[in-house]
Amino acid sequence: MDAVWGRTMTDVVWIGRGGQGAFTAARLLGAAYSLRDGGGYALAFPSFGPERRGAPMKAFTKLSAGPISDRSEARSGDFSVYLDDTLLRTPASGAGKVLVNTSSTSDDPRVVSLDADGIAAEVLGSPIVNTVMLGALAALLGGFAAEDLDVGIENVLAERLWDKNKKAARKAYDAVAETLR
Amino acid sequence: MTREFISGNDALAHGVRLASPKVISAYPITPQTTVVERLSEMAEDGSLDAEFIHVESEHSALSCAIGASAAGVRTFTATSSQGLLYMAECLPYAAGGRFPIVMMNANRSIALPWNIYGDQRDSLMLLDSGWIQAYVQDAQEGLDLALMSYRIAEHPEVSTPFMINMDGFHLTHTYEVVDVPDKESADRLIPPFRPVGCIDPGSPQNIGFSAGPEHNVFFKYKAHCGMLRARDVIKETEQAFSRIFGREYSGLTEGYRCEDADHVLITLGSISGLCRGAADAARAEGIRAGVLRIRYMRPFPAEETVAAVSGAKSIAVLEKDISFGGTGTVFANVGSALFSAGLNMRASNYIGGLGGRDISIGDVRKIFSDMAAGKTGVRFIGIEEGPE
Repeated sequence: MDAVWGRTMTDVVWIGRGGQGAFTAARLLGAAYSLRDGGGYALAFPSFGPERRGAPMKAFTKLSAGPISDRSEARSGDFSVYLDDTLLRTPASGAGKVLVNTSSTSDDPRVVSLDADGIAAEVLGSPIVNTVMLGALAALLGGFAAEDLDVGIENVLAERLWDKNKKAARKAYDAVAETLR
Repeated sequence: MTREFISGNDALAHGVRLASPKVISAYPITPQTTVVERLSEMAEDGSLDAEFIHVESEHSALSCAIGASAAGVRTFTATSSQGLLYMAECLPYAAGGRFPIVMMNANRSIALPWNIYGDQRDSLMLLDSGWIQAYVQDAQEGLDLALMSYRIAEHPEVSTPFMINMDGFHLTHTYEVVDVPDKESADRLIPPFRPVGCIDPGSPQNIGFSAGPEHNVFFKYKAHCGMLRARDVIKETEQAFSRIFGREYSGLTEGYRCEDADHVLITLGSISGLCRGAADAARAEGIRAGVLRIRYMRPFPAEETVAAVSGAKSIAVLEKDISFGGTGTVFANVGSALFSAGLNMRASNYIGGLGGRDISIGDVRKIFSDMAAGKTGVRFIGIEEGPE
């Protein structure tokens, strides 16, 4: 709940390295949220800085039932998603939920760990984890049906990538939904 | 109509497509590039029946649009920053020739230091070039204005080129929900282009002539009158737009909680929504705050600005530019309007967002506190000590 606006707005911060597809992930989530049946409003944008392959970067998705007029970068997300666990620092207190692509586990109750590299390697045959993390985050956010992810994927990705990525997103969605059950 | 999740540049390109220009001449520059990429794809796949001319420079882009407009067809071009400055010589040419060209400018910082991110120093530097200048706050407004701009610019009593300004990256590269109208509805808003005077071998006339000291002033006077006439044509066009599409626009300005405000923050572009949120936060803490968004810098909304702030104790202008050694350009225009109307309240000028620097809601909330505390002068957001 955003105190200033008096209505629910959810800030998602995507943290990755240039070339990992963090901004694409931000767009996938925004498209899935806003274009599904009865969808709300979303903004998706990258951190506006130099773009270099391998360098740390952020992308942002804002989700709300109503139009969003605050276009500033979120200082700390309600949800922070790390596409690369080498970028993870100990989350500050009260920094919201944290979703990490990692093969290790965490004792921190705010952290949800998922071996997205493993799922990407198995389903996609490549190390691009954005649709895997989309599926995982959708389960964590709640209020998303698995079919909503297909809407985002079809809107953002080229058609030849749809089938594999829908499978990858679904697998991660089911995996995280299972751990939350 | 379709509901899409697209970038500001994509939205703008859809608006241009729906207006059916016959000639598009452009040279790519970040962050404008994807607008002309989309339009070149549309020209290629046949969804837009236009000649796309990839020219060798921005100077040529506008020269080419002038030539096409003089030949009697609807035209479009787009640029940004250094590109806008490089075509600067041609801007008064287009205005003086009364060619109703529409141009999108992706607002971007000016070198040096080199920077590709958003501020408004590029277009505000060219405020005196004779073009209508509009500043949008979201992608939908960008698309809608691309449609409305042709009807306004081509009105025979206006006949003035139109610059649509969109904040670089904050609008051009942000993806959001946009309603894309259908072509039939767009055609109801924009009649076919009927040039006021154009190259016609069957009826030869002089175009682009010289005018000496005796007659020159009359051309300048008429250009000024055309720009002033645009004030009413903008309102009429918005009413027609609302009847067709159901979306309302508010003319040269958009007020938010100004009616009983003690302190009115005047701003423009994509930062406006954040300012409205900061005004709500200030009101929750006892400061009667309001926000006036300037939608058009030319024609300048002098009457609207005076009406919105006449009951206020102070005004501040937040803008993404600075005229070194003076003030921000928007502040200078606002100050002139208030002084001419006999208003004499406290005034301050906040310079922010230069080179794309993020402005937080806390930054804007502090402006309202400064206003309530009686501060004046020119201040830079993010730099504690103000210049002497």
